[in-house]
Amino acid sequence: MPPDLEAIAEQVFVALADPSRRAILAALASGGPATATDLADRLPITRQAIAKHLAVLAEAGLVTAEPGERRRVRFRLRSAPMQVAQQFLAALARDWDGPLDALQDLLDRGES
Amino acid sequence: MGFPDRIERIVEITHPPAKVWAALTTAEGLASWFGNQATIDLRPGGAANMTWTGGHNVDMRVERVEEPTVFGFTWHIYGLPEDDPRRTYVEFTLEPAGAGTRLTVVESGFAQAPEDAYSTAYDGNIKGWASELAELIAYLDAA
Repeated sequence: MPPDLEAIAEQVFVALADPSRRAILAALASGGPATATDLADRLPITRQAIAKHLAVLAEAGLVTAEPGERRRVRFRLRSAPMQVAQQFLAALARDWDGPLDALQDLLDRGES
Repeated sequence: MGFPDRIERIVEITHPPAKVWAALTTAEGLASWFGNQATIDLRPGGAANMTWTGGHNVDMRVERVEEPTVFGFTWHIYGLPEDDPRRTYVEFTLEPAGAGTRLTVVESGFAQAPEDAYSTAYDGNIKGWASELAELIAYLDAA
């Protein structure tokens, strides 16, 4: 397995551990690409803090910067790292114990 | 390593392999312990489907059928978008153990890289970021 996958997942979880960054990601997910100013208007977070968090998110590959109107940088959510994190969660959430118990119960019932 | 690619369980079942095989590979069996309803075309490449009360629905593709010892299928990784091509592989192995069966289930493939994880676009975005950030900070400072 490439070691980078775990690093990607870790960056997602680190990003999501902070409530301001969760709010920024949620705003980009629900409202689409936005500038730092748009985000500052919509969220109870200062522009300076938004810039700092966007830098962290961009470094982790969770948002990408793209040119917007009037040369203002717009930020867009990037889904690929989220999908890596989802894989990690999928492995943790996979329940084989429940179905295997059910299989044993089924066969035991059938015998009686 | 914290990212599990593979999940494995071994259970001892007090019934012979033939009986366990039927529970794993027939629509009636699957619908009795795994899904609430099931269909299966039991041959490599065959389609199978399970649905649950409440609407959850999963398509499987049968990969290995070696009665009564190996049954394998692939399915979609739960939680990923419907159009994501990645699938995990599930393999049941049945071994006689006394009068019963030792059943091993292995699901593997959770740690596959998504297609664009290592794309040049990704690297480009990371590298391009420094100049964008400088521009952003300049803009914010001016505001």
